[in-house]
Amino acid sequence: MLKDITLGQYFPGTTLAHRLDPRTKLIAVVCYIVGIFNCHSAWAYGLMVLTLIASARIAKVGAKALLRGLKPVLFIIAFTAVLNLFYTPGEVLWSWWVLTITREGVRTAIAMMARITLLITGTFLLTYTTSPIQLTDGLESLLNPLKKLRVPVHELAMMMSIALRFIPTLIEETDKIMSAQKARGADFESGGLVQRAKALIPLLVPLFVSAFRRADELATAMECRCYHGGEGRTKLHVLHYAARDYAVLALYLALAIGIIVLD
Amino acid sequence: MSTNIKTENLSFAYPGDEERQPTVALDGVTLEIERGSFVVVLGHNGSGKSTLAKTFNAVLLPSGGKVYVDGMDTGNEELLLEIRRRIGMVFQNPDNQIVANVVEEDVAFAPENLGVPTAEIRQRVDDALEAVGMTDFTLHAPHLLSGGQKQRIAIAGVLAMLPECIVLDEATAMLDPIGRREVLNVIEGLHREKDVTVVLITHHMNEAENADRVIVMDHGKVAMDGTPKQVFARADELKALGLTVPDTVALLRELRANGLDVPVDALTAEECADAIMKVYR
Ligand SMILES: Nc1ncnc2c1ncn2[C@@H]1O[C@H](COP(=O)(O)OP(=O)(O)OP(=O)(O)O)[C@@H](O)[C@H]1O
Ligand SMILES: [Mg+2]
Repeated sequence: MLKDITLGQYFPGTTLAHRLDPRTKLIAVVCYIVGIFNCHSAWAYGLMVLTLIASARIAKVGAKALLRGLKPVLFIIAFTAVLNLFYTPGEVLWSWWVLTITREGVRTAIAMMARITLLITGTFLLTYTTSPIQLTDGLESLLNPLKKLRVPVHELAMMMSIALRFIPTLIEETDKIMSAQKARGADFESGGLVQRAKALIPLLVPLFVSAFRRADELATAMECRCYHGGEGRTKLHVLHYAARDYAVLALYLALAIGIIVLD
Repeated sequence: MSTNIKTENLSFAYPGDEERQPTVALDGVTLEIERGSFVVVLGHNGSGKSTLAKTFNAVLLPSGGKVYVDGMDTGNEELLLEIRRRIGMVFQNPDNQIVANVVEEDVAFAPENLGVPTAEIRQRVDDALEAVGMTDFTLHAPHLLSGGQKQRIAIAGVLAMLPECIVLDEATAMLDPIGRREVLNVIEGLHREKDVTVVLITHHMNEAENADRVIVMDHGKVAMDGTPKQVFARADELKALGLTVPDTVALLRELRANGLDVPVDALTAEECADAIMKVYR
């Protein structure tokens, strides 16, 4: 059951979107997000949707895969929409008891839904086309200037990539412990919230104990392989921008600036 | 032959705290491991095998005595990386020593740390994966591999440092018989073809049959040290140290006790069979 969690899942491929430098994609996503939050009119939203569809086509990511990412946040989207629908003051369209729907409410609700949906799918498109390693490499390289401000950029990137490496291992282990506890009569699925939370204790305790042991052993193994921080470290894969990266960057920058200025 | 690793009166104690006394894990160990040799270390649980291994590459520093790697004192901080590069270490749990989520990235980890130029890292990664027979898995995710394959990746990760010596601390203990055979074949191949010194810590007596030398640890001391034939001939002493002898030796001893005139030092299955055949001819 835990296996279906898609946490920044990567679909290997060789499309243009896959071959772009991860830094390009990260900057493009930032531009896209900036664009989304500056959209006001319908044509601007339309343009953002078109951009997303075009990018997804290029990346050969199907609508199904793209929308699947929305499942865990469906509740948040619905909640924000409802909140905005009933609590925005303005011209009343419909009213019953304490509930009133306003014209502005409808508009903000739709806008918020569109924003969150685009935000999530846009980010998922990034993780679908970029391997976790490329992603951390890209982040590390983009954030490199912050080293001057004593931000531990390399350490953060290393932590992130190790976390990504251990997610499947820990999920597998959780599944195993769950089965073992179920075999002893543990019940994770029924009862109230408190009861369910309590049922998790025999799951979490062994999981934590094992995670700490893993961390300890991993640290030793890393030391044995000459790990000594980011200083003087080289890379198997060196990032470099190609012509396609400049083209994509220009397009996305134009999109963000265009929307800020014109809308 | 020259010496690869040398310990002089080495002792080590894990520091205690309020509740626990300090644990003496090594107590006056003096050893020399020859370059290019295949050494198996045996000993019951807690006899200090892992601790000994960790002092070889300065993960643990001696509380007393000295450890030298190719003449370099492991206590010298400036030589730390060079010492660790020369002594590659593979541990028991394959999941807890794989760092990256692509095989090639994991093998590249050590050379990246050592600041090897990019083109040479590529070369080393390809060579190391070939040496362990995992070239086809270059771009795979390690967590989807079998235990034996994961351990071969871990060995490749160490090989990419171009080490002089590989220390395997119960590296086959969590594997099924097929995985264990895979890993042992790789190790024996490396020893034969690349002349790598191998220190194999194990609980499986059978893994000692092809070794040049067997060291038996007990309570932080070296209890026995010799060729496999010499060590396994002392079956009663081994039993007193909580160890058994390989199945072959056990069988021959049993036969001998029942009046059959066989030698008791045949280690491999073939040798053992020959010895028994000889009696009947
Ligand atoms: N981190 C530690 N802190 C305190 N004591 C330890 C630690 N690691 C090992 N010891 C103790 O040191 C002694 C030697 O342990 P070591 O792990 O070297 O034995 P071993 O021969 O490798 O055993 P095994 O066959 O179980 O792996 C044992 O008594 C053990 O309890
Ligand atoms: Mg041990």
